Amino acid sequence: MTARRLALFTVITVVALVGCGSDQSTDPLSGSGASTVTGDVTVFAAASLTESFTRIGADFEAANPGVRVVFSFAGSSALATQINQGAPADVFASASPANMTTVTDAGNGDRSPTVFVRNQLVIAVPDGNPDEVTGLADLNQPDVKVALCAEQVPCGAAAGKALAAAGVTLTPVTLERDVRAALSKVRLGEVDAALVYRTDVRAADDDVDGIEFPESAEAINDYPIVVLKHAPNRPAAQAFVDHVLSGPGQAVLTAAGFQAP
Amino acid sequence: MSRRDAVLARPDRSTPPARTRRTGRVPVALLLPAALGLLFLVLPLAGLLVRTPWSTLPQRLTEPGVLTALRLSVQAATLATLLCLVLGVPLAWMLARVDFPGRRVVRALVTVPLVLPPVVGGVALLLVFGRQGILGGWLDSTLGVTLPFTTTGVVLAEAFVAMPFLVVAVEGALRGADVRYEEAAATLGAGRWTTFTHITLPLVAPGIAAGAVLCWARALGEFGATITFAGNFPGRTQTMPLAVYLALETDLEAAIVLSLVLLTVSVVILASLRDRWLSSR
Repeated sequence: MTARRLALFTVITVVALVGCGSDQSTDPLSGSGASTVTGDVTVFAAASLTESFTRIGADFEAANPGVRVVFSFAGSSALATQINQGAPADVFASASPANMTTVTDAGNGDRSPTVFVRNQLVIAVPDGNPDEVTGLADLNQPDVKVALCAEQVPCGAAAGKALAAAGVTLTPVTLERDVRAALSKVRLGEVDAALVYRTDVRAADDDVDGIEFPESAEAINDYPIVVLKHAPNRPAAQAFVDHVLSGPGQAVLTAAGFQAP
Repeated sequence: MSRRDAVLARPDRSTPPARTRRTGRVPVALLLPAALGLLFLVLPLAGLLVRTPWSTLPQRLTEPGVLTALRLSVQAATLATLLCLVLGVPLAWMLARVDFPGRRVVRALVTVPLVLPPVVGGVALLLVFGRQGILGGWLDSTLGVTLPFTTTGVVLAEAFVAMPFLVVAVEGALRGADVRYEEAAATLGAGRWTTFTHITLPLVAPGIAAGAVLCWARALGEFGATITFAGNFPGRTQTMPLAVYLALETDLEAAIVLSLVLLTVSVVILASLRDRWLSSR
């Protein structure tokens, strides 16, 4: 009886120890699937990818036991700066080619980046559209408070292009640091409208409505992705990028409101 | 009359206690970490100087955006400090001199913004003073006043974060001050208000000045609460720290230049105020 107990205890302990270790090392037990990648993969991704990449990350982890995906979501330009300053990232997914160029020009991209989705601006308004906004021209009124992204971040650059295409000049009350900050000002009711991506409105469906406008076609954002040159875990990084470009990955992105490239 | 003067005279300061004792050598176990600590604090600032683009510095400094942000920063920090003085000194006096129930709780509450992440403070301010906030909604509907995205909003955000520094400093000064002067004034018939303005305030003036300097410096560097509550718009709510953050998005050199300006302004003003107010006596 005691011998049996001891045996059981030993088995449990061994299993527990192996379980703990499989995170870090190339463990033959956990690599029993089709894939052989292991370890942590650090993905720096634009703020607008938060929900879809979190989903894709979970799918990727499920398909590759032994891999852990760590995300850092922020404005693409901030991420590009961090990467060029030596942040230990494996993958960079940018919301604009310009920020990707910052990284590749500094010699930090492994190869040429791939555009994996495109995104379009919409006007985010509080649920029910109380100000009856139908287009960009409606935002140019003194009693309508508008939040835009700062021109230094992709959504701000895109907003500038769309407004120029529409011939509308407006004075926003604030130039937010990234698209999610602009959206949250709408959700909090502090502004009446914000120019954000369609995907952001989709992610905040309960609080905000998205108003499509024709000029957004002039400011479509390409999202490039790349494996970074100094990626600490290159095989897993490449596998993650492949997963994003694969059918299941693209399906998640399309469901979130992105367009195929 | 002479008796009163004698009572109110300052304590004898002709023989201050020796502050530094020079007996024995400094133990290496203390010297080494002290030197490392100093290096850790100074090295990043030196790094800023090393990476400064000195050749293009003059033209970068005269860019209109830099001066606008600097002026706004100094104005907002000064207004915030004034607001903190008007509200914070009486608060510190209450905490130091009035024995009321729940004083410990109040003191703890006052110091909460010290440990609260400033972004959280900004969100909290939005929920109260925002357009749909508890007070902000009322202000908006009855007076037509909105605070977010205005310079007033910047001042409020900075005051919220910086006031605890002032209150803590002034309360410390009040507790350290000799209560006998105030008691003497009271026995001579001075009311609490007269005592406060004629005895207490002059007595703790250096402490108030120190608190105000700390408060001003904290307000000048405020980022999280400001960008969350007041947003970011050049000339209206974009203070230097916000300008640094956004410059960092695209132009590292511009961010370094802005940081250098902020650093210089802080050091110069702190140094001059210390000389004038704190070590003159």
